[in-house]
Amino acid sequence: MFSFCSDPSVLPQWQWFACYLTTGTHLAFYRSFLVVITLILLAAPAALLMGFAGAIAMRSHFTPLSWLGKGYTGLVRGVPDIVFFLFVPIAIGQGVEYVLHLINCPDWDQPVRQGSDFLVCREAKMPPVGSPAWVRDIYGFILALIAFALVFGAFVANTLYGAMNAVPRAQVETAEAYGMNRRQSFLHIVMPQMWVFALPGLSNIWMILIKATPLLFLLGIQDIVYWARELGGQKTSFYTYPHPDWRVWYFLAVLVFYLSLTWVSERFFEHLMNRFNRGQATADGERQRKGATA
Amino acid sequence: MNKLSIGLVAIAFSFGSVVASDVVRMGSEGAYPPYNFINDNNELDGFEREFGDLLCERAGLTCEWVINDWDTIIPNLVAGNYDTIMAGMSITEARSQVISFTQNYLPPDPSAYVALPGTDVSVITDGVIATQSNTVQSGVVADGSADLLEFPTPDETIAAVRNGEADAVLADKAYLNRFVQESGGQLVFLGDDIYPGAGVGMGVRQSDNELRETFDRVISEMKADGSLNELILKWFEGGIDTF
Repeated sequence: MFSFCSDPSVLPQWQWFACYLTTGTHLAFYRSFLVVITLILLAAPAALLMGFAGAIAMRSHFTPLSWLGKGYTGLVRGVPDIVFFLFVPIAIGQGVEYVLHLINCPDWDQPVRQGSDFLVCREAKMPPVGSPAWVRDIYGFILALIAFALVFGAFVANTLYGAMNAVPRAQVETAEAYGMNRRQSFLHIVMPQMWVFALPGLSNIWMILIKATPLLFLLGIQDIVYWARELGGQKTSFYTYPHPDWRVWYFLAVLVFYLSLTWVSERFFEHLMNRFNRGQATADGERQRKGATA
Repeated sequence: MNKLSIGLVAIAFSFGSVVASDVVRMGSEGAYPPYNFINDNNELDGFEREFGDLLCERAGLTCEWVINDWDTIIPNLVAGNYDTIMAGMSITEARSQVISFTQNYLPPDPSAYVALPGTDVSVITDGVIATQSNTVQSGVVADGSADLLEFPTPDETIAAVRNGEADAVLADKAYLNRFVQESGGQLVFLGDDIYPGAGVGMGVRQSDNELRETFDRVISEMKADGSLNELILKWFEGGIDTF
């Protein structure tokens, strides 16, 4: 990085650190923070959509659909997250390859499973054979994203389902009395009011989502936990910058990162709660109204 | 004459590499110097990197390296995430049931115990021994009478000895050497070296016979012309036998 880094063994301390903290591996470590933040920012709306669809399905009067919704939330909530994170990417990865295999290679005569090997023809490989490393990285990231959306979507679905039911029944009855149909009363009466009931649950799920991101590491994505462990371990003179075991400092940095991320989110949710309570028939909404008139 | 033989060799190579148009993805751990490690420029480095690149060059293959955790390195090979494993992996009976190996490219190499100075040799039989999980060393300790303490990465095993969690660590001597040399007397070798492995080979899927044969052929070549020995001497500084 810096011109004086050519021979690290003779550098004074501050220069040694300046060079050490800007090595290729450290730059990859810093980039991995962005990967984690990107994952959170993409997984949260994806899970919200998944959850919304799930909650609507659960409320549906069409029985198979409501079974589907309830089955989905029941299944995902009842299985440890970690099992799903390991299962979903492999299942989707192999599923996609199997479908492509059936489409592209109809005259393939060997079995797809040979012992423990999973074999599909060349044309069915995902990502395609010969893809550069970054395509593979993005493909892996997308599979991980789907796993996060599926798992957290189930929790969101349950929270939203509860929130929809928490909107006072009298409100919906009033809407019906005004001649609104089910769809209209949902869109104009339930939807705008449910968020205030959903928010505590959603903010909880958001926190858990943030804290679940180190699971990326399990899926072979080089996230911050991977790099903290990798960089912190003792380095012998095979490396350009030998140092003793510094894992405690690296993990401390990761800890501070997560803590500041959750701290910022907490402030944000407080603000959002305040906003959603405005004009609502909740205790806090009532307090705001009285504060305004006084 | 010389030109003719070069031409013949070139033809032989192009025949041997029917699979050559594909990129061969080579899996490694990247945490076990001098076998393989990620250097400070975030590139895979070490004996296996250099040797693997030479193998690919001689076989006329385009190769690309993939880093994977040790614990899942075999399942991910089988799942097709990469095509070979070069990660200081000893050829064993148990592994051969799941994947196949080329011939060994390192002779059986010594493993050694490392402990804090003053540790009694008897801990080898009745103490707590740290190893990396799923290694030949962990197999040795599990079969013996000492208590086994496993870690997913090799440097955690050394840290466990330093902080007293384990009495000694058992690992490849080539890996431990510099830790001992550079500890300023805080770590010492304990007892005699043992030879638990049958040599290190390249792992490939059992269905990938063509690839295994290609690499087997080039490894034989490099054993015969001495270029493999040169690399072993360069990276292992005489700590391992040559062919």
